[in-house]
Amino acid sequence: MTSLHRNSLEQAGLGPIHHKVVEGQRLSADEGLQLYACDQLPALGYLANIVRQRFHGDCTYFVRNQHINYTNVCNKFCRFCSFYVKAKDERGYVLSPEQVADRVRQHLHAPITEIHMVGGVNPKLPYSYYLDILRAVKEARPSARLKAFTMIEVAQIQRIAKKPLEEVFADLRAAGLESLPGGGAEVFSDRVQGDLFWTKSDSEEWLRIAAAAHRAGLPSNATMLYGHIENTEEKVYHLCRLREVQDETGGFLAYIPLSFHPERTELEHLPGPSGCLDLKELAVARLMLDNFAHVKTFWIMNTIEVSQVALWYGANDLDGTIMDYEITRKNFKATQQRLTHQELMDRIVEAGRVPVERDSLYNVVTPIAPPVAQVA
Amino acid sequence: MIASIAEKVYSGERLSPEDACRLWAHPDLTELGMLADHVRQRLHPERVVTYNVGRNINYTNVCWVKCDFCAFYRQPGSPEGYVLSQEEIFAKIDELVGFGGEEPKSCEILMQGGLNPRLRLDYYEELLGAIRDRYPMVQLHCLSATEIIYIAHLSRLSLAETVARLRQAGLDSIPGAGAEILDDGVRDIIGFRKDRTEEWLEVHRVAHGLGMRTTATMMYGHVETIEHRLQHLQLLRQLQDQTGGFTAFITWSFQPDHTDLAADPGRWLGRKATGFDHLRTVAIARLFLDNFPHLQASWVTQGPKIAQLSLNYGIDDFGSTMLEENVVSAAGTSHTGQMTLGRMEKLIRDAGYEPCRRDTNYRRVAARPQPEALRKAATA
Repeated sequence: MTSLHRNSLEQAGLGPIHHKVVEGQRLSADEGLQLYACDQLPALGYLANIVRQRFHGDCTYFVRNQHINYTNVCNKFCRFCSFYVKAKDERGYVLSPEQVADRVRQHLHAPITEIHMVGGVNPKLPYSYYLDILRAVKEARPSARLKAFTMIEVAQIQRIAKKPLEEVFADLRAAGLESLPGGGAEVFSDRVQGDLFWTKSDSEEWLRIAAAAHRAGLPSNATMLYGHIENTEEKVYHLCRLREVQDETGGFLAYIPLSFHPERTELEHLPGPSGCLDLKELAVARLMLDNFAHVKTFWIMNTIEVSQVALWYGANDLDGTIMDYEITRKNFKATQQRLTHQELMDRIVEAGRVPVERDSLYNVVTPIAPPVAQVA
Repeated sequence: MIASIAEKVYSGERLSPEDACRLWAHPDLTELGMLADHVRQRLHPERVVTYNVGRNINYTNVCWVKCDFCAFYRQPGSPEGYVLSQEEIFAKIDELVGFGGEEPKSCEILMQGGLNPRLRLDYYEELLGAIRDRYPMVQLHCLSATEIIYIAHLSRLSLAETVARLRQAGLDSIPGAGAEILDDGVRDIIGFRKDRTEEWLEVHRVAHGLGMRTTATMMYGHVETIEHRLQHLQLLRQLQDQTGGFTAFITWSFQPDHTDLAADPGRWLGRKATGFDHLRTVAIARLFLDNFPHLQASWVTQGPKIAQLSLNYGIDDFGSTMLEENVVSAAGTSHTGQMTLGRMEKLIRDAGYEPCRRDTNYRRVAARPQPEALRKAATA
């Protein structure tokens, strides 16, 4: 097959990889390194877009969701985090199940289909608390899909439950949990872990918990936090390990590279990832993760400007019209935390794509007339 | 399909306006990027992105033209109107020179202002002359076409005479501001008192005829259509064919805050142009303006991330360090505060290029600027 842009692709050193991508062959770790080393971004995007089109055509997914952070108290002290406080800090909070339900009820007038609930690792919280807040969400808004608890939180929940993981997941499911977000993976590297998040689960434990969730019928996402001290080899390893686990379980829905924001963290002296790196992470992931259906650009971290461009660099999901995102709130102006439904749709259409509203599990939400707000 | 256009690009053939029109309708951003990058690599095979040490000085904000897209001007008689004294201007230049060093013509002063009815040719001659005599290291890249037309009008001189006298006084080159969209219909809507399309072009034609170099700009994302943008590029390419006097093209999107245009829903739909649009616009400009040697990034309006990405879409120059900028900042855009020389160099390196300092005429400048001098001045 001849390609119109063969010269450009060859000049970018991507000729052989292009051939494999067109043939649908799996790329090796070495090829992953080559992709990261390529500075000719449009050529990289062109390859990633071949895979994106194969999976999704022009469909670009978004979700209308609400974020709830049930506690900011955390005993992990990750150096890249600006959200946590220590146990005795006066700014620390824990939302009671009733308060969680209140948060949900505050947005009942909005056509939200997903509740995304995560928090710090707070050892004071009993096992019943986690089940109670799941039930509280489900009672307040039974129709919304409930996605909660990173693998790191699950590790803590299991610790306090003193039960096998299988039983813990069965309990969480019975209480309303439907899927897990992919946070807490950071970078699968002992070196990075040793420097930035040594108190947290290591990469194999993260993957073990994710695989157990998948086997228990709970799909999850996967993430990677990039743009701090990690190197390319570590990132390629990260992607390859995710790909292996996905081969075993098939339980990962989406991969989400997370752009590190150094403001107000211990790593404030770092410049943070550039726009080129943001796009490269998405494109390389789309090419390497051939068994992941979805690659998401999380616009709150990538900015909406870069995320819109990313729809041509392998991303097929923009996340959503997010309510109440707090993890990096301190670093942003409030106006950058929200996009209206219309703004999000406009961005997708302008990029020449077709907006498709989804729920947590990538079921298409049939367009219905939004309920009228019960506000005078 | 853009196969025939791609073939033209790869074989170095000129694109027709119809080709550009088809590119604009082509959604695949990566293909536009590959084509534009191909042209950029052909023109500039070195893996280098240049930048310029400079600052804007807005000698007056008094302007009677009242363009609806502008948030910077104050009407004559306004208590907020100002005209900078020579001492104030010298202090700003001292700061720039401390940063940029002593090499002749290596530091760019982009001095522009409103159309202030009190300022005549003698004011400009005196000011330019004083700067030239005092600061041999400064390139005077000053006065938009709009200002020059008005100075000629006030002084009852021909354009050619006016430009020649300004040049005599010390003007080195002319910035491309005020082009907005080169279409009289569009100009009627966004700033009907402003000079006409042909007048803007004539100033540059005259300057080129006198051997001066100028730049060209385009401000998009307000009331214009894609056809208007294409016509704009077409007019620039034609003039460049005739004179060869343009060094660079710079495009940016309308910044709406605090402008009359943004307050009028009858004229503006309320949607600021996106970074996606910017990358497409610069890519098509790079492909169409085959006779322009350089395209500059607009980090002031687009921010560091999109400005860096534009280096993959045909841009070969990061523009000025812009120690000071007031006009776009007045319309709500404040990326100036975030940009330092170190940051700019890092963005360039992260994109896979080596940063290199240049002067206004794109000659390389060996001396690296002295950020320390700037910091000292700021804390003094």
